[in-house]
Amino acid sequence: MQLTEIRIAGFGGQGVILSAIVLGKATSIFQGAFATMTQNFGPEARGGACSAQLVLSESPILYPYVTKPDILVVMSQEAYVRFGSDLKDGGIMIVEQDMVRVSEVKPGIRVYGIPATRIAEDLGKRMVLNSVMVGFFTAVTHLLEPDAVRKAVADSVPASFRELNLKAFEKGLEHGMLALTDPPNPAEAALLVEYAPE
Amino acid sequence: MKADPKGVLTGIHFMDGDHACCEGALAAGSRFAAGYPITPSTEVVERFASRVPTVGGTFIQMEDELAASIALQGGVWGGAKAFTVTSGPGFSLMMEHIGYAAMTETPCVFVDVQRGGPSTGLPTLPAQADMMQAKWGSHGDYEVIALCPNSPQECFDLTIKAFNLAEEYRVPVMFMMDEVVGHMTEKVVIPPADEIEVVPRRHTHKSVEDYLPYGTNGDLVPEMAHAGDGYNFHVTGLTHDERGYPNMTPPVQDKLVRRLQNKILNAVDRISMFEEEEIEGADVIVVSYGITSRVAQRAIEVARKQGLRVGKLRLITAWPFPEKKIRDLAAKVKAFVVPELNLGQMVREVERAAAGKAKTFAVSHAGGGVHNPDDILKVIVEATR
Amino acid sequence: MTDCLNTDLLDDPLGDDRLNTDLLDNSISVENPVERFLRSDRMPHIWCPGCGIGTTVNSFARALIESKIDLGSLALVSGIGCTGRVAGYVKLDSFHTTHGRAIPFATGLKLANPKLNVVVYSGDGDLSAIGGNHLIHAARRNIDLKVICVNNLIYAMTGGQTAPTTPDHSTTSTNPYGVFEPSFNLPHLVEAAGAVYVARWTTFHVRQLARSISEAFKKKGFSFIEVISPCPTLYQRRNKMGDALDAMKFYKEKSKIRHGAPTSEVGMTMTGEIIVGKFVDRERPDYQTMMKAQYTESLGERFVEPTEMVCS
Repeated sequence: MQLTEIRIAGFGGQGVILSAIVLGKATSIFQGAFATMTQNFGPEARGGACSAQLVLSESPILYPYVTKPDILVVMSQEAYVRFGSDLKDGGIMIVEQDMVRVSEVKPGIRVYGIPATRIAEDLGKRMVLNSVMVGFFTAVTHLLEPDAVRKAVADSVPASFRELNLKAFEKGLEHGMLALTDPPNPAEAALLVEYAPE
Repeated sequence: MKADPKGVLTGIHFMDGDHACCEGALAAGSRFAAGYPITPSTEVVERFASRVPTVGGTFIQMEDELAASIALQGGVWGGAKAFTVTSGPGFSLMMEHIGYAAMTETPCVFVDVQRGGPSTGLPTLPAQADMMQAKWGSHGDYEVIALCPNSPQECFDLTIKAFNLAEEYRVPVMFMMDEVVGHMTEKVVIPPADEIEVVPRRHTHKSVEDYLPYGTNGDLVPEMAHAGDGYNFHVTGLTHDERGYPNMTPPVQDKLVRRLQNKILNAVDRISMFEEEEIEGADVIVVSYGITSRVAQRAIEVARKQGLRVGKLRLITAWPFPEKKIRDLAAKVKAFVVPELNLGQMVREVERAAAGKAKTFAVSHAGGGVHNPDDILKVIVEATR
Repeated sequence: MTDCLNTDLLDDPLGDDRLNTDLLDNSISVENPVERFLRSDRMPHIWCPGCGIGTTVNSFARALIESKIDLGSLALVSGIGCTGRVAGYVKLDSFHTTHGRAIPFATGLKLANPKLNVVVYSGDGDLSAIGGNHLIHAARRNIDLKVICVNNLIYAMTGGQTAPTTPDHSTTSTNPYGVFEPSFNLPHLVEAAGAVYVARWTTFHVRQLARSISEAFKKKGFSFIEVISPCPTLYQRRNKMGDALDAMKFYKEKSKIRHGAPTSEVGMTMTGEIIVGKFVDRERPDYQTMMKAQYTESLGERFVEPTEMVCS
């Protein structure tokens, strides 16, 4: 695994931080690599906006912050507007497609969308949307072994919600696999707009 | 002595530095903490407040940092290993009690998760600008020990070390974290209790008649008794003799204050911890500590790729300052480069110890973030010329 | 007033007969009965002739005898000032802490070792000015501490400056033209903050003071005993109030014992009456009792009660 910078952003209650914790755990505990997570504190962390930064690497991580993310996960329009343009050329953007209207995408950037909230609601609990997101992330980025992430999910949620979160993870993973068989392009990304709320 | 398994959360965790510090304190045997909320340090005591009732200890949120920093010392004389946690403004309020701990030789740990200052400054953003305050903040002559972790793992490991040093030397130990290290989440391995070495209190075994609360043998560190042990001892912040009785004369002052200094300064070699890399043959040595050591490492690696001979000296103990180490290195290298998240603190110690034998370059940063590694690189390049 | 123990004193407000008998008893002893509570090797003490602090220590020692309290479990904590020096003279585990911080130190001591009986012995400036915040919070929490506040109405150690207790119109070195700021009524303050036991005496009332201290030892929770005490060197001299004997006469003349008096009515003026007595004696669970109850309720069997935290 090369040094990979990831930013996950959305609003409070979507499990942004927990998503980052799960991916960090999967990397550093269940896959034997290294992960450093930081989150934004302070005024910018209040008022609903929420963002976590994750640096993953095969070797110990020195600089803890994300400068230009290789992967951006956005779960709110605000997060998209704020962080969308930071993405590295050739990077991957993962969006909660019901929440985010993708306006323009630089060439070379791959955009993957998933209606994670709706999927979570169909599973019976909106709050597992982050596990859906994490599953989707795992499939489309190829960064982590699904089993490592699966273990990290199981390890990070309360026992009473373990099964549901694992189910959510598998759903996300399936969606990711499907998305990969038909790789999206910027033009397709535009289709995501249709799902976006007005 | 091995750690009490009750407090040790053995396992592999993905944990931030603040929480890891709390686990370190519990593993070290701390069962009492007094605190007052202040960003970015509060998570340490929040976790302690949640954990400690299940391991037989007490946390109390005091009315201010003045209270917290003396309540913890009451806890120590009551028999507990104790600590408090704060950040810049609270650390400023605690200064008098750091002096009290030094004077009364109360073993305890002050955790300072450094943020930008002066005054309220940058509550949520990092700095390393309390380094001089940690050493000099209280009035009078005294020595402390200060440790600087650079990862959540070290927040765990070195918190145990901080408690151990506090007990060994009966001295307040400053645990100088910074906001980045405090809030950064990484893998933290907590070993089984029987693999954790903890230093017990230097409790006296002498009879009541033979016990001198501030009498010392060869090693300059007196033995301690706790309230309720039957020794009827007296503790005062006044200058005192071996009985602990106030005696405000120049000879007693001289003897006491020199001992308080010497018990630390004579042990610098035993206390000092640093990490060095490619020191031999280096033209320039980058001296750094805390989070900045990681950012500097990135600059060092780039510099080496450019063919520069750059060594690394990471200070794990900032105080007592490893003066001799720097003096020896100064004879061998062209220059020291000292990046830190302040406008020049530890760099002055480096400069002083180098005593003109090698140049010293500061890479200052007013805080609020970490250095851009390129800024450190530029100074390294300049220093090699 | 139903809860006051020493109603007999109501008819004999000054109790001076008893006082004299005691003195006679003492005079035939080879050894002063309170000497075993003192660090004789630290005598003579630093207090001025006529200072009332030594008198309060005498009453304290008598309370130790009367209450038969286990001296081995007794710790005494002082702050800074003339009264702060008490810690240095009593043969107990004693802590002379920093200015104003005796109460938070004592709080830590008590929490770390709940078996200790912890007395805080300090002055009015130390406890109610620089330490005022700790005073009210310890009372609010109902930490099980016995606070003896020797109130000499002035900062004496530093040379006679205004304290929060200095009465209106008196003169101090920092109010050379007369004090104009209102003073604290300490019993009222600590009652409002939550103290379970509040009494006030003067150094004229040595027996009553000793009895109050004994009573406080039997209470669980935050107890506060104020002792009005003369400072002939500074307060009295500066205010032309005579010497120590004049202070005793003044206390004798001006004191009115009113057990159970509403603390709102016990504020003091420079020359007015001094209401003394036991003002508050009530039950409230102390901090550690509440803590234990709360943790037991929330944590059940997971709660491990902190007992003695001896770490070696």
